[in-house]
Amino acid sequence: MSDTAVNLTSKKDWASDQEVRWCPGCGDYGILQAVQQLMPELGIMPEKTVFISGIGCSSRFPYYMNTYGMHSIHGRAPAIATGLAVARPDLDVWVITGDGDGLSIGGNHLIHALRRNVNLKILLFNNRIYGLTKGQYSPTSPVGKVTKSTPFGSIDSPFNPLSVALGAEASFVARTHDLDRKHMMETFRAAHDHHGTAFVEIYQNCNVFNDGQFNDITKRSVRDEMMIDLVHGEPILFGAERQRGVMMGSDGFLRIVEVADVGLDAILVHDRYHSFPSLAFALARLNTDDHSPTPFGVFREVDRPEYTSAVANQVAAASESKGPGDLADLLRSNGTWHVN
Amino acid sequence: MTDTIDRSEDASVLDRLVVRFSGDSGDGMQLTGDRFTSVSATFGNDLSTLPDFPAEIRAPAGTVNGVSSFQVHISDHEITTPGDEPNVLVAMNPAALKADLHRLEKGGTLIINEDAFDERNLEKAHYTSNPLDDGTISGYRVIKVPMTSMTKDACEPLGVKPRDAERSKNFFALGLVSFMYTRPIEPTVEWIEERFGKNEMVAGANTAAFKAGFHFGETTEAVGHRFEVRPAKLPAGEYTSITGNTALAWGLVAAGQLAKLPITLGSYPITPASDILHELSKHKHFGIRTVQAEDEIAAAGMALGAAFAGHLGITTTSGPGVALKSETISLAISIELPMLIIDIQRGGPSTGLPTKTEASDLNMALYGRHGEAPLPVVASYSPAQCFHAAIEAARIALKYRTPVILLSDGYLANGSEPWQIPDVDSLPDISVPFTIEPNGTDADGNPVFLPYLRDPDTLARPWAIPGTPGLMHRVGGLEKEDKTGNVNYTPENHQLMGDLRQAKLERIAADYPETEIVGDEDAEICVLGWGSTWAAIHSAVQRQRRDGKKLAWIHLEHLNPLPNDLGDKLKRFDKVLVPELNRGQLCQLVRGRYLIDAQPVSKVAGLPFRTREIEAAIDAARSAR
Repeated sequence: MSDTAVNLTSKKDWASDQEVRWCPGCGDYGILQAVQQLMPELGIMPEKTVFISGIGCSSRFPYYMNTYGMHSIHGRAPAIATGLAVARPDLDVWVITGDGDGLSIGGNHLIHALRRNVNLKILLFNNRIYGLTKGQYSPTSPVGKVTKSTPFGSIDSPFNPLSVALGAEASFVARTHDLDRKHMMETFRAAHDHHGTAFVEIYQNCNVFNDGQFNDITKRSVRDEMMIDLVHGEPILFGAERQRGVMMGSDGFLRIVEVADVGLDAILVHDRYHSFPSLAFALARLNTDDHSPTPFGVFREVDRPEYTSAVANQVAAASESKGPGDLADLLRSNGTWHVN
Repeated sequence: MTDTIDRSEDASVLDRLVVRFSGDSGDGMQLTGDRFTSVSATFGNDLSTLPDFPAEIRAPAGTVNGVSSFQVHISDHEITTPGDEPNVLVAMNPAALKADLHRLEKGGTLIINEDAFDERNLEKAHYTSNPLDDGTISGYRVIKVPMTSMTKDACEPLGVKPRDAERSKNFFALGLVSFMYTRPIEPTVEWIEERFGKNEMVAGANTAAFKAGFHFGETTEAVGHRFEVRPAKLPAGEYTSITGNTALAWGLVAAGQLAKLPITLGSYPITPASDILHELSKHKHFGIRTVQAEDEIAAAGMALGAAFAGHLGITTTSGPGVALKSETISLAISIELPMLIIDIQRGGPSTGLPTKTEASDLNMALYGRHGEAPLPVVASYSPAQCFHAAIEAARIALKYRTPVILLSDGYLANGSEPWQIPDVDSLPDISVPFTIEPNGTDADGNPVFLPYLRDPDTLARPWAIPGTPGLMHRVGGLEKEDKTGNVNYTPENHQLMGDLRQAKLERIAADYPETEIVGDEDAEICVLGWGSTWAAIHSAVQRQRRDGKKLAWIHLEHLNPLPNDLGDKLKRFDKVLVPELNRGQLCQLVRGRYLIDAQPVSKVAGLPFRTREIEAAIDAARSAR
């Protein structure tokens, strides 16, 4: 919790009266809990908060939040949320999307929201499968994935969501996972505090159509060796004894190394505020598959002009220089003549 | 040269005049036509214009594909169309002659830039012999002028390079036509100064060319007699000359003011609608936010998101864009929020004829959504009337909390006419209150908010916007439960909600004034029109009745729901003719709705109806037994 925030609400103030209808065991429950628990700590009010989603399992999320909300259409949540935020920069606007919703049908809106740097908090639930349509491969499914629509294995190369976001000039990029409520809350809090578009990928388990997709990385028994916790200003270390780390070679590529072999000074220090996205991009692509160590945390956080403020500033500047609009004057602005 | 209007004694009086300026896309014909129009408007003529230009920004110079034209009709009496046939054609090159000579009236005046008729240009226009010599233009009153070289000569003393000077030849043509038809010259000289003043050389060249053209007319016998078209007897008041797109944009600004709501426009550039985006982007001091979206779908989404937030949400586009917005419009119907979708129709299908007019999106507007998804459709019918149509569309959207499609078209969008500026205080208040208090109680008697508890009169649901304490609620595309708005899939509820959406739509017709029958109530034939056909039908009705032929006319502004009294009124007539710039879309609808034998008068040529085409259809129906 930040020092200044005052808890004006409690967790129950943020839960709607609707029965949650995700499958028992779904990773979405953990994410909902993390969000509902975090909200009071942010010192914001439910009536000033809006959740906008697209279509898919994750997009049912707004129904369960006692805020203003819209369960919209497939892929379009970032666009709808942009209109909302432009109209009302005073609101806290969250976008809930999934790998299919955000990266397939809605890919265009996602990259343009990131490019514009609209003050939206985008939570992308990545379960690497189409759940609501009962199990087709998604744009994040690995090559070879056998699903109902790919009985001989997927032949599509997947997106790395963080690479997409960074390529779209995202000003805030992070990754967390559905098994660690504390880490989710920290990450969402950082996203909320960022003025601009915050993009958070959440590894989320679909226990019905893609169970255990992230087990090799996030289950308790492997976490120490497979998860890399990115902490700004600290050497990027991991392992039960923090005995391994990430080093940048003379060729500019990142490598996993044993600290004992290279010395602590050779280990890369994480800088999430670096103005160039190269390091964040390299870290986002450090895990080449699901069997290599994977970084979590905030990859990138930079200040750049935020869109809704820029829109509001132009409106204010125009009103300042021209005065409030006068309709009668407007109708005469192209020249007039009188008929007697 | 006098400094105001030359009312020389010898000018003969014409009651009307149609001039068509025709040249290469790079020749500045739209600008020339615009100037002629503005000067005539200020002079007091009634007028109507038809810009006609290719979709290509610069098709290969000198080719027929690259011809850009501007037709303007001025008169001393009320007119509504840009004229069936030009009386005067200004042809700046062989391609322009080839493209437009067939439009010129027999014996009409042909003003030709003879410098452009060299071998190369003739070849580009696919002339095998020179039309100036081979009899092609016999039968017209021909005035051949070496415009290019005379413009260069006029600009030489200013030190303008010949290549640059050549660009001013459109002003030479304008000067010549201004002399011939006794147009005031000062406004144009002033306008050149204002528009090009920053570049002294260009302003000087244009002014010199303009004056040279005027002087050429004065001193050359070939030009002969001058003509004048005297001011029209328009109702007293203050006027401006306005295009449909400007009127529509101003109507939207007015709607925001009258609704006391800020406007958020989401729009993606598309011909012929982009000018509305441009115009609204200029007026941020009215509290207008404009976002150029990444695509048509996003543009609609932004408008809907803004509507949820409590703004007047608007998206502007043309037919291809409406197709893309269809799913978002369905969502707006489901979540019952006000939103305006403006469709400036153009020729289709697919990319079709981007710069040409058509009214073939009616069926898409009425039916182009999945599921039972009724929405109101309003159609503007003249350039200036676009202003009021925008306000009417917004009124319906706000009062009934529904997306509304407003149809205009390319002809209205770019055409212009004089407009008597309305008194701002006479415009309607279209504001609606936001809901700020709970409107129901739960089982325990605690106050709750029911987002789908409807107003009993309008069936509109409450509009409670984010930021309002205690009224937090969720909307979405899944079927909503009556009153609570919770997700509900039961058969009874879906039937009820579908019935309510339809019933709400039908309530809208209660606001309409009685349907007006123009002309003779006891006529055999009634013309039923909508949209921009208004101009040609208006002229046809005037002429027919002047000739003593009885005729009735109903013109619809509301296409959905149709007026409650329409069926009874149409059934009074033996014959109903429905002229449309499509293959009979409204005609099919009224045949089915009212079981009447309405007959289509169809045109899908990318051009508006000519008056005589409408008249011919009426005469044919009259003589058919």
